[in-house]
Amino acid sequence: MPPTTQPTQPTTPDARPRTSSLRGVLAERASAEAAVGEKLDELWEEEPGLIGFITTVNHKRIGRRYLVTASFFFLLAGVNALIMRAQLGSPDNKLVDPELYNQLFSLHGTAMIFFFATPMNSGFGNFVVPLMIGTRDMAFPRLNALSYWIFLFSGLFMFSSLPLGLAPDGGWFAYVPLTGDKYLPGLNLDFYTLGLLFLAVSSTVGAINLIVTIIKMRAPGMSLNRMPLFVWAILTQSFMLVFALPPLDTANAMLFMDRRFHTRFFVPSDGGDAILWQHLFWLFGHPDVYIIVLPAMGMISSVIPTFSGRPILAYPFVVLATIATGIISFGVWVHHMFAVGLSDVSLSFFAAATLTISLPAGIQMFAWLGTLWRGRIVLSTAMLYAVGFLVAFTLGGVTGVMFAVVPFDQQVTDSYFVVAHFHYVLFGGAVLPILAGLFYWWPKITGRMTNARAGLWSFGLVFGGFNLTFFPMHIAGLLGMPRRIYTYQPGLGWTVWNVLSTVGAFVLAAGLLLTLGLFVHSLVRGERAPDDPWGANTLEWATGSPPKDYNFPVIPTVHSGNPLWDGRTLPSMVEHRHDPGRTLTEEHKTLRTSELDSRVEAVMTMPEETALPLLVAVLLTSMFVALLVSAYVAAGIIAGFMAVAVTWWLWHRPEVEPG
Amino acid sequence: MLAPKQRRLLMALGCVLTSGVVAGCDRSTPSALDPSGPKSDLVATSWWILFSVAAAVCILVTVLAVVPMLLRRRRRQVKGGDGKRFVMICGIILPGLVLMATFALSVTDIATDASPPRPSRMTIDVIGHRWWWEVRYQGSAAVTANEIHVPVGTPVQLRLQTADVIHSFWVPEVMPKMDLLPKRVNETWLSVSRPGTYRGQCAEYCGLQHAHMAFLVVAQPRADFDTWLGRQAQDAPQPTTAEAQRGLSVLTQSSCATCHTVRGTSATGDIGPDLTHVGGRQRLAAGAIPNDFGHMSGWVANSQTVKPGNIMPPQHLSPEDLRAVVTYLQGLG
Repeated sequence: MPPTTQPTQPTTPDARPRTSSLRGVLAERASAEAAVGEKLDELWEEEPGLIGFITTVNHKRIGRRYLVTASFFFLLAGVNALIMRAQLGSPDNKLVDPELYNQLFSLHGTAMIFFFATPMNSGFGNFVVPLMIGTRDMAFPRLNALSYWIFLFSGLFMFSSLPLGLAPDGGWFAYVPLTGDKYLPGLNLDFYTLGLLFLAVSSTVGAINLIVTIIKMRAPGMSLNRMPLFVWAILTQSFMLVFALPPLDTANAMLFMDRRFHTRFFVPSDGGDAILWQHLFWLFGHPDVYIIVLPAMGMISSVIPTFSGRPILAYPFVVLATIATGIISFGVWVHHMFAVGLSDVSLSFFAAATLTISLPAGIQMFAWLGTLWRGRIVLSTAMLYAVGFLVAFTLGGVTGVMFAVVPFDQQVTDSYFVVAHFHYVLFGGAVLPILAGLFYWWPKITGRMTNARAGLWSFGLVFGGFNLTFFPMHIAGLLGMPRRIYTYQPGLGWTVWNVLSTVGAFVLAAGLLLTLGLFVHSLVRGERAPDDPWGANTLEWATGSPPKDYNFPVIPTVHSGNPLWDGRTLPSMVEHRHDPGRTLTEEHKTLRTSELDSRVEAVMTMPEETALPLLVAVLLTSMFVALLVSAYVAAGIIAGFMAVAVTWWLWHRPEVEPG
Repeated sequence: MLAPKQRRLLMALGCVLTSGVVAGCDRSTPSALDPSGPKSDLVATSWWILFSVAAAVCILVTVLAVVPMLLRRRRRQVKGGDGKRFVMICGIILPGLVLMATFALSVTDIATDASPPRPSRMTIDVIGHRWWWEVRYQGSAAVTANEIHVPVGTPVQLRLQTADVIHSFWVPEVMPKMDLLPKRVNETWLSVSRPGTYRGQCAEYCGLQHAHMAFLVVAQPRADFDTWLGRQAQDAPQPTTAEAQRGLSVLTQSSCATCHTVRGTSATGDIGPDLTHVGGRQRLAAGAIPNDFGHMSGWVANSQTVKPGNIMPPQHLSPEDLRAVVTYLQGLG
């Protein structure tokens, strides 16, 4: 396709250049592609067909798979929720029995947190981050494939429990001693402990991969103070995952041993401690809220500046707020335990910590609002969802602040008020931004545009349904309705609020189905997307839609925090189009740069496609299945095979030459 | 545009819902906003303060977010500047002040809530079981289940314990939650300011029948309470009719006695609730069903149809024996 735009005029990085046209291929990219595109195509092209499918290590394919798989699990866990809402739609309802209901809510929570929200963010991280920082793949592409396969298999492992009638039934935070083998025998809780340990392997390697990618592979010139806020959010989130998962893994390993080998970590009658589980779980669990919400906020920090046509307000404050959230979130876990009977000093301390963590959220909120006020708004579907997020997340935030008033927390904790609160935080604070992110990056991911009018309906139904589902729950909770009850009696004043919630849930489901239909329609019939349909400010929009396998024909020099608006970063792709140090056309290669200033340090050879990650993931899956069915010897043997496979994998190290 | 319309709709809905909370509470709703004791009074007062501030913040943010959308066609040019001062004032200083005030409220509430206004002279042990509540009055032989009588206007010391998993004691109109933890005793207090019956329910998920683990707090004037406690401390009354007499012998000779105690008889089981004065209780099965002849018969015959998974097995009694035993139990006032 011929270039249809003129090179952008140099302007200040303060605003979107007015001259940039939003159609076709960017002239700078066209010129760079013309120089080296063909050579790179040959080098980076992957095997077609099934072999390519199982051996791929391309971050974009893996990122897409993460998004599709996580959305699939969202659908399944959403159906769980619809069944629960149908059951609660009338008092003394007998649609499902308590056994199934308890499995449904336990699996719903576990799946939404672990198998949807976190991996969905990983999907965006995988697809968008390498593009945003101007590199050709993740730091460890094979590890990336491994982390995807493990995520897929652990999700299938966890969900297979439901058709077997053995889904976890101890709630998503699985409090002991209820979840010990004495009170909940059967494989249900073993699916939980093993499934989460299994998934944790994926999350941990995925997080380390993103950290290394972000720290070592940013395009020359993208010093830390020019890094996009979404990348900051993913970096912070990845560090949080690395530190938050060990307490959860430890707790799950201990519970598994309690259940199988009669260790007594959590058995109070034998000197174990029931509260220990709560500390370990929430020491993971509270940071996890931000592990989910921070990347979502990062998406908002991408969407709002683009559709306001100006950079975000107070960038350094937003960066500091992101990091501060990550750190403070490790110090607030006890507010999940205010009714446990702790000392007044602990209560006051954690009340203060809980209040502190809302400060960084306030900073980000007003940075977004200020950006809207000083911008020139384009009301796209992504922007609608972003504004919906601002409203919903604020509501979830203010009820969160209320919990710092300890006696109030003790009144509403474990009631539907809390259910309302965390759905405002997690649906309002994560799902709405994820939808904003999907609409925003959809043209980049698929090369197709979505229908704006249908987008309006999508937002209307989802946002309306969401509020109708979860707002009445605040009231049900204040009227004394505890959470996790499979039914309730008539005449308690709860029925009307539950009916509203149930109606809302089905409106929400209709909205989500419409959204799914809209995306499918776009894939089949959607208009072809230009490189930069929104006139955005970050580097991913300097690639094709969808990007070529090598992302950037020429690795650009980044001149500002809003590279596509500074008028210098894009032309650098043209300037360097004959520079072998930036085109890297000999082999599968990309640049390694310094941590702070992003100066070129070396040229790295990237690994080729391989089925090894799939093999290791299959072995790991069989090991967990063996552990589940108590075949410990078999599990040991499989672990041996896995060690051999991993050794084989690590034998050939990639070449690194000084740059 | 749909977005602002949506929001207007939402706001209207919000108003309707809020007024519903205030106006629509009848006495049978265990509403935290209709308090009948100092602990819940404190929380309800704090709630309205928190609610007002929260509503103001939500309205402010909604306006700030929606107005630029409505005015978007008026703006031709973006405004420059990086807005550090705006973010500093609105995002740090103002929220900081609000949060400090919230902390002051929290610390005051924690201190007020910690101890009763007057020292309590009475202690009640509450022991959680899957899925019912055992209640013991210290200094008295009285043992009851799922129904806690207290004198009105007097702080009562509570000692919360559990026989199995974690439960949580919650009477929204009277007191916020306190957990029942294995191998620990959580001490707290409770005071009811108006005579009446208040519904409580387990608030920590405790397994299959967590939904059916309710109880009642009955606040009575002192004299009535003393009478009640005196009666509860006594052994079960002797059966007065032949039918009831037959019921007693069925009870003591069948499997009932292995799990239940009826003081003054040879039934001394300690797995299920004490039945010494079961006839006087308002509800059965931890609030699941009313306490009358029909419901109790159904429960004794096969409690699994009422509350699946509870540990009481179906009782294979002849219709005559069943009628006799229920007649006897209903007579235990």
